[in-house]
Amino acid sequence: MKRLDAVKAVYEELSAERRVVVTIMGAVAAELQSLGHRTNFFYLQHAMGLASSMGLGIALSRPELKVIVLDGDGSVLMNLGGLTTLARYRPRNLVHVVFDNESLLSVGGFPTATSTGSDIAAIAKGAGVPHTATVKTLDEFTAAFQAALAANDLTTLVAKVEAVGPAAFVTDLSLLENRYQFQRHLQALQNRK
Amino acid sequence: MPVSVSASKVIYDVLKDAGVRVVSALPETWLVHLIRMAEEDPEMILVRLAKEEEGVGISAGAHFAGVKSAMLMQNHGFLASVNGIVSCAQLYRIPLLMLISARGEFGERDPWQTEGGLVTTHVLEALRIPFDRLDAAEDVKKKVAKAQTLAYSASRPVALLLGRDLMWEDA
Repeated sequence: MKRLDAVKAVYEELSAERRVVVTIMGAVAAELQSLGHRTNFFYLQHAMGLASSMGLGIALSRPELKVIVLDGDGSVLMNLGGLTTLARYRPRNLVHVVFDNESLLSVGGFPTATSTGSDIAAIAKGAGVPHTATVKTLDEFTAAFQAALAANDLTTLVAKVEAVGPAAFVTDLSLLENRYQFQRHLQALQNRK
Repeated sequence: MPVSVSASKVIYDVLKDAGVRVVSALPETWLVHLIRMAEEDPEMILVRLAKEEEGVGISAGAHFAGVKSAMLMQNHGFLASVNGIVSCAQLYRIPLLMLISARGEFGERDPWQTEGGLVTTHVLEALRIPFDRLDAAEDVKKKVAKAQTLAYSASRPVALLLGRDLMWEDA
C-alpha cells in the first residue's frame, strides 16, 4: 500500500465537518497537501513526536471535535512515552493513524526499528490504548479507519506502507499561514456551537 | 513535607484566575501540591506526562483549541523539552507559560540536582525566552499576570522560575 493512496481513500473523511487533522512533517504533510489543503489540516513540520501530543491537547480541550492524527513510525519512536499519556487520558474523540514505512524517509531513508521487528501497534496496546490494529492493504486500511471513526474511542491504527514519497517536501503554504488558518478554523467552529 | 502548601495555593489560585484551564505536569517534589490542586479541581484539565516535552504539544493543541494552559516542570524537564520549545512553540509562535522549579541553587541538598541549576538561566537566555523569578508569595499574582500577558502578546514561550525561598518552608 502506498501512503498517498491511503490518504486519498480517507480524504473526504478528513475534510468533514468538526474533524481536525494534525500531521507530522515531511512526506505525510506534502502528500495530504497535494490532495488539496483545507484549513482544518495542521502540518507540524518539525518537533518530531509531538503531533500526537498536540492532538491530545486539542481533543481534551474540545471534546465536540473529532481529532485525527496522521503520525509516522519515526515520529512515534521519538515519543513512545506519549503513547502512555494518550492511553492514560483515552480521548474518545481521537484517532491515531501511524503510517509505518519502516524508514526515516523524509530525512534520507534510514531504516527505523520497525524494520527489525518493533511493533508499534503492540507497543500502543501495551501502553494501554484500547483499540489497536495493523493493516497492510488499502481495503483493510479504509475499513479500519472507518471503524475507528465509528468506535468513538481512542484507536491507534498502524498502516504498513511503502517507503516512497513525494519528490519535494516544501510547499507554498507557509508554516505560520497554516498555523493561523488552523487556529481560526477551530475558533469558527467554536463560535458556531 | 516542607514544600510550602500556602505558596502552592497562591500560585494555583493565580493560574486559575488567569484563565488557565489545562495544566501539563511531570511530578517532582516541589510541584506536588500544585499538581494535587489541579487534580482535585473539576474545572482544570490536568495532563500528567511521561516526559516534559510532550507538554509543549499539549499546550500548542490547547492554544489552537482556544484554551489557556500552563506547564509545570522541573528545570531538568525544561532542559528535556528544548527541541519541542524551539521546533514547535517558537517555530509556530505558540504562547507557553512555563513554571519551572529552579532546583540546584543555593540551599540545594540533593547532589544530583546541582548541575542543572548552573545552566538553566543560560539556556533560557540562549533560547531568548523571557523569564522572571518567583521568590516571594506577594509577587506571584503580578508576575504571573505579566508573564502571561507577554506570552500572548508576543505569541512566544515565557518562563517563571520557582525559587527555593518561595517553594520550600525550611529553606
